[in-house]
Amino acid sequence: MSSVREEGKDRIIFVTKEDHQAPSSAELVEEDPNDPYEERGLILPSGEINWNCPCLGGMASGPCGTDFKEAFSCFHYSKEEVKGSDCLEQFRAMQECMQRYPELYPQEDEKERQESSPETDQTTQDSAPAEMSTPNSTSAPVQDSNPTPPSAPADPTPPPTESLGES
Amino acid sequence: MSTGAAGGGGGGGDNKLYVLLVGAAFLGGGVYAYQTVRGDKQRYQDRLTEIASRPNKAAAGQPSAYIQSEAPAVEATETEEVHEQVSEPQAAPAAEESSPPAPAVEESSPPAPAVEESSPPAPAAEESSPPTPATEEPAPSETTELPPAVDSAPSPAKFPSHAPYLLIGGGTASFAAARSIRARDPGARVLIVTEEPDLPYMRPPLSKELWFSDDPSVTDTLRFKQWNGKERSIYFQPPSFYISPEELDSAENGGVAVLTGKKVVHMDVRGNKVQLNDDTEISYDKCLIATGGVPRNLQVIERAGDEVMERTSLFRKIEDFKALDKVSRNAKSITIIGGGFLGSELACALGRRSTESGLEVIQMFPERGNMGKVLPEYLSNWTTEKVKREGVKVVAEALVKAVTYKDDKVEIQLKDGRVVKTDHIVAAVGLEPSVDLAKSAGLEVDSDFGGYRVNAELQARSNIWVAGDAACFYDIRLGRRRVEHHDHAVVSGRLAGENMTGANKPYWHQSMFWSDLGPDVGYEAIGIVDSSLPTVGVFAKATAKDTPKAATEKSGTGIRSESETEAVAISPVASSTPAPTVEHHKDDYGKGVIFYLRDKVVVGIILWNVFNRMPIARKIIKDGEEHADLNEVAKLFNIHED
Repeated sequence: MSSVREEGKDRIIFVTKEDHQAPSSAELVEEDPNDPYEERGLILPSGEINWNCPCLGGMASGPCGTDFKEAFSCFHYSKEEVKGSDCLEQFRAMQECMQRYPELYPQEDEKERQESSPETDQTTQDSAPAEMSTPNSTSAPVQDSNPTPPSAPADPTPPPTESLGES
Repeated sequence: MSTGAAGGGGGGGDNKLYVLLVGAAFLGGGVYAYQTVRGDKQRYQDRLTEIASRPNKAAAGQPSAYIQSEAPAVEATETEEVHEQVSEPQAAPAAEESSPPAPAVEESSPPAPAVEESSPPAPAAEESSPPTPATEEPAPSETTELPPAVDSAPSPAKFPSHAPYLLIGGGTASFAAARSIRARDPGARVLIVTEEPDLPYMRPPLSKELWFSDDPSVTDTLRFKQWNGKERSIYFQPPSFYISPEELDSAENGGVAVLTGKKVVHMDVRGNKVQLNDDTEISYDKCLIATGGVPRNLQVIERAGDEVMERTSLFRKIEDFKALDKVSRNAKSITIIGGGFLGSELACALGRRSTESGLEVIQMFPERGNMGKVLPEYLSNWTTEKVKREGVKVVAEALVKAVTYKDDKVEIQLKDGRVVKTDHIVAAVGLEPSVDLAKSAGLEVDSDFGGYRVNAELQARSNIWVAGDAACFYDIRLGRRRVEHHDHAVVSGRLAGENMTGANKPYWHQSMFWSDLGPDVGYEAIGIVDSSLPTVGVFAKATAKDTPKAATEKSGTGIRSESETEAVAISPVASSTPAPTVEHHKDDYGKGVIFYLRDKVVVGIILWNVFNRMPIARKIIKDGEEHADLNEVAKLFNIHED
């Protein structure tokens, strides 16, 4: 059972698992999906790509940022049956650029790259893990740095794993 | 209405007198006006000739390409000077310079004779505009024509004289802003100017991970292991990410350039430019001030003489880390003064070394326990015990009275009579925000929190934003504050970058912070976490597996490093086994959540040894609601789960 103690202005409560079993009665304010102040995930409510998403790490801002943006935009708006199949040229240009900066975009194994989202900096050694704040809950746990966690972007457009995989 | 003149009768004589007086006044006024105007004209002429002579001297040796634009540009600047369009010369490309003065010249025609002078230069100014854009690149040539003859053409290729985005300071906030700007403004040209010799790097590992590295060359490589086992450098990006300052103007897709070893000493807000410590000037369109701060020192130490000062270090930069590492290998005893984040982290880091090397580590502070200003007393006491377990000799309630150097030892005398003898002191007593530019820039400094005062959008004045440790900003939810944490630097830097590219968003996404004090104590926190506020702590009756150590051991990594900002992927600890095996003390605060209240609203939350729940905490603070029963709120955190 829970115990409560007061130490001056501080209150201390010890609770067992059972104490916390019943669902919480605390009320949270409903989220406004269109709140302009909120941090956004990868895709903005307008449907556009949020290039400043922490999940992209430094992809959109580095030396190959322009190529990356072009390739990814093309993919995002691609209406082909095989999404992105009309963007081979852009992806190739991006690859070329990335190959010029092996330090920034380590050429990892094909296989590894396919396992994780291309948005993660699997390919970049970019960003600090703690560097960026968490994106809000709508965006993936996918973060700036890390390759290891499989990404699961919550946004509608799944990343073009295969097309980025081609080299 | 000739009232006066109409005065009948004896008006004759009065009339004449009146006329005489008025006439004299009129004449006097006219003479005065004429003299003044003439004097002005003379001064104007003198000025003109003077200016005309100067550019001819300075302009010697200019590339021939500019000769054509030189003459008209000179005239343009002359008119500019005379009509005092700007108080100081502009370093901006002449294209910008000459066009504004030209129309302005037209307008300011009151001094009648001056009008005639101005018209000839005006068309000349117009003429100069077309040629100058073509010569945009080595714009420094323009600067040489202007009076404070800037070190004329210091190889104009050295660095740009204009940066569309100028970031003062090369730390975390600055880097975050650079990234944000580049993401949002395609092809943006960003120039970071930093005093330090290093490219932007992150600070937290300097007092944590780097000390726990097994690599003996860590002071050179500056690489550390993250929570997930992967290694990385403290530098945000390797050098290849950046372009050189020389390339900034010409790079096709723009980029981020870093100018190291330069300090901005003066800021001209009206002229939109800054001056560096080597007298060069850089103009900007948008400017971010992210100058951070410098560590404070104790006055008693500063007054204690050279021998004590030589044995005292402050801690903030890479060089401080390297220096302290060296000291820790040679000294027998190190005393850390300060019981906050930095002091405690360093104490634990050095304490760990003490077990290997026999180094004596002492930590002293005025509070009753470690993190006394952050944690409620019971938790601060508990934490202090943990810190002692890390091998640190904790001297609490210590007020330093005097420090002397005696018998080859540094002697610290406390006000209550205790004496501590040590070889080296590390002072971790706070940060003084760097607001040197406030005066020249005319920026407001906050008297309560220090730092530049900015609004909720982090703006100080038009075109000037401030982010990071130096920003005293208005937090819509929590009120005006200044935050000295890493994540805040990231969040505010990013926000400033967004606003510099037109976003107009206020500070809304609440930043967080974290600390690890040894393997048993790790917490993440958000909001206002001030121990003077009333708190409500809800703790799980603990089991052995509820520690950062346990969590990391399970996942096979080293120190539970950074924060919830990483992808949530510690391999899930096997879900809870039977009943808690460990019979705990009543006072065992294994894991829980602590709420900090202000007027019954939760303004701060600490997640004590529970990880990956920051989004919930953030939500509660954002809501700003009064909750009747905080235990119910605590349920949202599932503190019994992992």
